[in-house]
Amino acid sequence: MSAIRILVGTKKGAFILTADGRRKNWKVSGPHFAGWEIYHVKGSPADPNRIFASQTSGWFGQIIQRSDDGGKTWNTPGSSPEELKGAGGFPKGESNKFVYEGGAGTHKWYDGTQHPWEFKRVWHIEPSLTDPDTAYAGVEDAAIFKTTDGGKTWKELPGLRKVKGDLWQPGAGGMAVHTILLDPKNEKRIFVAISAGGCFRTDDAGKTWKPITRGLKSLYELPDPDAEVGHCVHRIALHPSRPDVLFMQKHWDVLRTDNAGEQWTEVSGNLPSDFGFPIDVHAHEPETIFVVPIKSDSEHYPPDGKLRVYRSKTGGNEWEPLTKGLPQKDCYVNVLRDAMAVDQLDPGGVYFGTTGGQVYASAAGGNSWNAVVRDLPTVYSVEVQTLP
Amino acid sequence: MIRVMLPFHLRNLARVEGEVQLEIAAPATVPAVLDALERKFPVLRGTIRDHGTLKRRPFIRFFACKEDWSLEPPDTPLPEAVIDGTEPFLIIGAIAGG
Repeated sequence: MSAIRILVGTKKGAFILTADGRRKNWKVSGPHFAGWEIYHVKGSPADPNRIFASQTSGWFGQIIQRSDDGGKTWNTPGSSPEELKGAGGFPKGESNKFVYEGGAGTHKWYDGTQHPWEFKRVWHIEPSLTDPDTAYAGVEDAAIFKTTDGGKTWKELPGLRKVKGDLWQPGAGGMAVHTILLDPKNEKRIFVAISAGGCFRTDDAGKTWKPITRGLKSLYELPDPDAEVGHCVHRIALHPSRPDVLFMQKHWDVLRTDNAGEQWTEVSGNLPSDFGFPIDVHAHEPETIFVVPIKSDSEHYPPDGKLRVYRSKTGGNEWEPLTKGLPQKDCYVNVLRDAMAVDQLDPGGVYFGTTGGQVYASAAGGNSWNAVVRDLPTVYSVEVQTLP
Repeated sequence: MIRVMLPFHLRNLARVEGEVQLEIAAPATVPAVLDALERKFPVLRGTIRDHGTLKRRPFIRFFACKEDWSLEPPDTPLPEAVIDGTEPFLIIGAIAGG
């Protein structure tokens, strides 16, 4: 029977939640890396037992951890398990080095002046679809790095920051590459999104990038609402069968493009608020998408104290609230941008985590929800592996 | 023999318990201690000081013999009591919180 593994990054460690394909009885493992902020945990599609984790701390900086046994044991890449046996064994790996290529340069600061680029942390790790040793890291201050040796060393793809990087500006949460989408039909095409930077695409495996923001409007965030860069893109998502169709949750507005970002169209439709963070696509229905409306950028909680996932089966514009099993009064949690994921089972499952420490699962495409856990630390990220 | 006490999270990261003992040639300075520490535990590179600049991370402090050594010039020799192992060299995560 197939199984599900949910990888949860939280403010105080990582947790792994597992269940068989019925998705009813869950086992909780963790906290892993207790006390550290775990921004993201994601498994390799090419080898599900290989999992990368971004472990970070305001005191001690950035560490990359890797498991090669499905999350049972972890090492900093470069340290083999054999090296760690015995009383004298300690990690040899130096997997925490992220150095900008060719000088850091400057970007726009909160007050509008220029400010040097400073590496802070890895927000998102996107493993290659085909090679377990290759992965991309989206970092704050915004840049994309790549490893081809399983995370031992990381090298920046500096072309991204050359796309008017001096005009990118941090939002309240910082300025980070938080979303990386790999095109399953074109290995040279990658999409990235940056909060208060915008949305970008490369068609040459990361050498050069272009903004893909035509159609985005940021009336209250940018002096020019139609600017090429600077839009606060919160999340983008695609279905692997149609990688030219992207969906976006922006600071305000939900949008879609049908031509790989050349033109975006707003599809917020009847949502109670088009502000929010995550957006995801059903595994088997490319026109079925999920968002979690949040009241506003000044009030990061659900409208009316009701936690509602909204689903569109028409690729946007027409939305229905999904409430069964979710708190419908006095609920003031948020759902962060990397904290929603889908599984590959049939019927397709949907999962999300909250700033209140709940991880909700729906084994029925969102029709009803159950809390897998209720009392974790603030959930930063949720990823799901569907195992044979 | 210099005795180094790491903060909780770095002990876990380096997979050590208690103090770390380091042999350091004279002159024993803060950078010399950190060099030896990072040679023995490469995983700690970047966690106490930045990779490129070797600048102390903002929330890290160095204490020795009841004094704060965080801002001492890098070529200042450590106290004799630290060098001979009578007193430990403390690497501290700065207090930040309520």
